[in-house]
Amino acid sequence: MPHIELPEPDAGVIRRLPILIEGLKSRVGPDLMILDEDGRRAYETDAFTAYRRIPMLVVLPRTTDEVSKILKFAHENDIKVVPRGAGTSLCGGSLPTEDAIVLCLSKMNRVIEVDYTNRIARVEAGITNLQITAEVAKNGFFYAPDPSSQLACSLGGNIAMNSGGAHCLKYGVTTHNVLGVKMVLIDGTIVEIGGPTLERNGYDLLSLVIGSEGQLGVVTEATVKLVPSPEAARPMMIGFRSPEAAGSCVAAIIAAGIIPVAIEYMDHAAIEVCEAFAGAGYPLDVEALLIVEVEGSEGEIGILLGRIAEIAARFDPKTVKISSDADQSARIWAGRKAAFGAIGRISDYLCMDGTIPLAQLPHALTRISQICAEHDLKVANIFHAGDGNLHPLVLYDANSPGEADRAEAAGEAILRLCVELGGCLTGEHGVGIEKRELMTTQFSPTDLIVQMRVKTVFDPTWRLNPAKVFPLEATGVMRAGNAASTSEAA
Amino acid sequence: MSELWRPAAEWELQTMVSKLAREKRGIEIVGHGALRNTGRVAKSDVVLTTAGLKGVTLYEPTELVMSARAGTPLYEIEAVLAARGQMLAFEPVDLGPATGAPGGALSIGGVFATNFSGSRRILAGSARDNLLGVRAVNGRGELFKSGGRVMKNVTGIDLARGLTGSWGTLAIMTEVTFKVTPLPQTMQTLAFVGLPDDLAIEAMNVALATPLEISGAVHLPRNCAARIRTPKIKGLDKPLTLLRLETFAAAIDERREKLKGALKVYGAPIELDSEETFSLWSEFRALSIMPFSAETSLWRISSLPTKAAEIVFAIQKFMDAVAFYDWAGGLIWLEVPAAADAGAADVRRAVAVRGGHATLIRAEPQVRSSVDVFEPLKPEIERLTRGIKSAFDPSGLLNRGRMYANF
Ligand SMILES: Cc1cc2nc3c(=O)[nH]c(=O)nc-3n(C[C@H](O)[C@H](O)[C@H](O)COP(=O)(O)OP(=O)(O)OC[C@H]3O[C@@H](n4cnc5c(N)ncnc54)[C@H](O)[C@@H]3O)c2cc1C
Repeated sequence: MPHIELPEPDAGVIRRLPILIEGLKSRVGPDLMILDEDGRRAYETDAFTAYRRIPMLVVLPRTTDEVSKILKFAHENDIKVVPRGAGTSLCGGSLPTEDAIVLCLSKMNRVIEVDYTNRIARVEAGITNLQITAEVAKNGFFYAPDPSSQLACSLGGNIAMNSGGAHCLKYGVTTHNVLGVKMVLIDGTIVEIGGPTLERNGYDLLSLVIGSEGQLGVVTEATVKLVPSPEAARPMMIGFRSPEAAGSCVAAIIAAGIIPVAIEYMDHAAIEVCEAFAGAGYPLDVEALLIVEVEGSEGEIGILLGRIAEIAARFDPKTVKISSDADQSARIWAGRKAAFGAIGRISDYLCMDGTIPLAQLPHALTRISQICAEHDLKVANIFHAGDGNLHPLVLYDANSPGEADRAEAAGEAILRLCVELGGCLTGEHGVGIEKRELMTTQFSPTDLIVQMRVKTVFDPTWRLNPAKVFPLEATGVMRAGNAASTSEAA
Repeated sequence: MSELWRPAAEWELQTMVSKLAREKRGIEIVGHGALRNTGRVAKSDVVLTTAGLKGVTLYEPTELVMSARAGTPLYEIEAVLAARGQMLAFEPVDLGPATGAPGGALSIGGVFATNFSGSRRILAGSARDNLLGVRAVNGRGELFKSGGRVMKNVTGIDLARGLTGSWGTLAIMTEVTFKVTPLPQTMQTLAFVGLPDDLAIEAMNVALATPLEISGAVHLPRNCAARIRTPKIKGLDKPLTLLRLETFAAAIDERREKLKGALKVYGAPIELDSEETFSLWSEFRALSIMPFSAETSLWRISSLPTKAAEIVFAIQKFMDAVAFYDWAGGLIWLEVPAAADAGAADVRRAVAVRGGHATLIRAEPQVRSSVDVFEPLKPEIERLTRGIKSAFDPSGLLNRGRMYANF
């Protein structure tokens, strides 16, 4: 049995459900609400599937005004609200509780306005990440952050998680690519934070909102930056005899003043599975594989890849292969982007997301193997090497008694290791319920209280996505609705 | 004159702030004083300087990351970086000379507290975008950290970036960790001559829509262009539109030709090489192209590029203003004649109807105390702003009145 504690639902709220349903119907109409159990069951979990709770009510608003009415209603009736986009969170960020309303933005998926001259677009928060790029690609632009889940995940979820992707080495993560949001506070107030200009006025509230995991408000619209598409891009694959050699090669590339758009790392276990799944053409006789991509004109790409190959040669690589055409490039990336899915076909897994300083890479990989071996589990490593964001996939069999527990324990040990090495618990997937109790390894009690006070400013009664991000015990008083407690005693 | 407190270490700073917090004494925070003539005048009992907190504490060139104590002067940081062929990506502006404060004295804490990024932000993001982590002491005397030293980190609420642009009103940063970047191997500038503001902005935005990675897009009307010192383009008596390219040596000529091709209709540009480019763009960092005669005031206006020329034109109907554009029109530096309100009423009106916001950078102290220096906030945003202020500094001790008159 997985062991993350979820708070007991509030029986009083559930008892009031029939009245609440009638009340909400009169505010927003019945056609936005999902009441039947089968319908609600579709929202019982996210991509952290070990935990499931069927919410008491699901609402699918179409406009910011409807979001405002729903939140105001929830606020007046003291009900918890869990905002949700596409439900692809890997840390239980959109996991509901039985006494909560799930407010899902999936119907708010329009592009409102594209302004090519100022290179910005205003979109609704439920739009998928890839849909934004699909809309503007014809004019030579794209939306830069590219999480592997981009076909499904919503911009609202990306904003809540400050999501990243393979190409963030050059273009930054969500917080570097969003200029402003329209957001609804728990009491129904609609606020505009940031705006279409590069610079914001006053306190940088947007920085607080991005990455806040749905705890400060419900984002309904956003203004994002559009980036001109590169003339061309091409990956190369470099296979090494050891993880150390691959790690040193990454450092040497950056030391030479070259910043590729992406440097992705896979270990032997990951290469085998991805190759079997996607036929990407990965070399099977290497211990570590780097996929390095550069952008520019054909001439520039040739020069840069040549220089990277020269650097790589110093580390005795087994394979150096530059993609020869668009088709091959697509296959190389398809293999990488399908990695989680491919591994999911052969095994259950827990995907870790810690970040470490690059210099610690070889040491970290050795320790991760040891940790998994100690727990009698296998591991596959895939990660964004340019920025030290690791994704060890701890493999286990959910049907074998005790293995899920061991996997959670191994995952926890890996995350502690990342913090110990000077890194952090999560580089892009967020804290959610998964890493909530580990926050104390990275932060002091004061660090956490200072963060919690920010939540209290936006959501004084802690009704938005409560029981996430912060250690459960630390938030008990606030979640009980004692508004004053973070601001003073805490 | 308030007492000057000068902690020599983080623990000492925290002890001092805790003591002052217990006594409820107001604290003005300064680095080396480079920004003292900017913003509103803080009301305080004590001046606390971070000047004693000095030194680079971590520098990993192969990981593109540096940490430094908040009082470390910017020039020192840039010297350490340059020795390893690196730099700050966002080319911070030094307002010292423009505001009659010492030049080159900006502290790294001040850089992030104000988030004043320079021309290169269109390519590399702002100071805020390059910040990775902070250690800071809030108005309750609590020492806290946020973020870290790694590039990717979404652990908890992003207080580090949230502190940027708060001008020391929420917490005193004691140490900052930020991204650094390799110096470009080579640079070139194309200078287009004689374009009026609106056409110049159009041309710059055409350039930014190409994938050529333009790292600077500045337009100088005639009166600013006249103050340029870089030989090849000085003394032309015409407006200048400047686009900077940077990349590795083997690629730059190809990019320059492509850019010229894309901008053919705007005329044939003068070409500046790497060295000329370096000296030209450092003129913008210190704003030395503005006239800054004795009594004038200086505004910094954030706008949409497509509205920038209109905003300036609307203001010039009412006063004899001098303006130049950075960030392809996303930023306007505007110098206005002396007036009791530094032209605030007209400036704000011109900006309000076109989107954006204006900050008064330089004016006589009594003017900076009587008009809103920062763009007034909408009521619901003011409510959140006050909430955040009191979460960090419930007694309102840190830089009270520095940003807004009443908190
Ligand atoms: C196969 C796979 C690959 C992935 N790859 C990556 C990757 O490469 N990089 C990466 O960063 N992540 C990755 N993820 C994680 C996930 O896709 C991201 O966290 C994503 O941003 C979640 O978006 P979502 O719309 O699914 O959000 P949800 O799962 O629905 O919600 C996530 C969080 O956001 C909140 N939220 C959602 N919408 C709103 C809103 N409108 N307003 C306020 N809060 C809101 C929720 O309450 C929750 O806390 C991957 C996930 C999977 C399953």
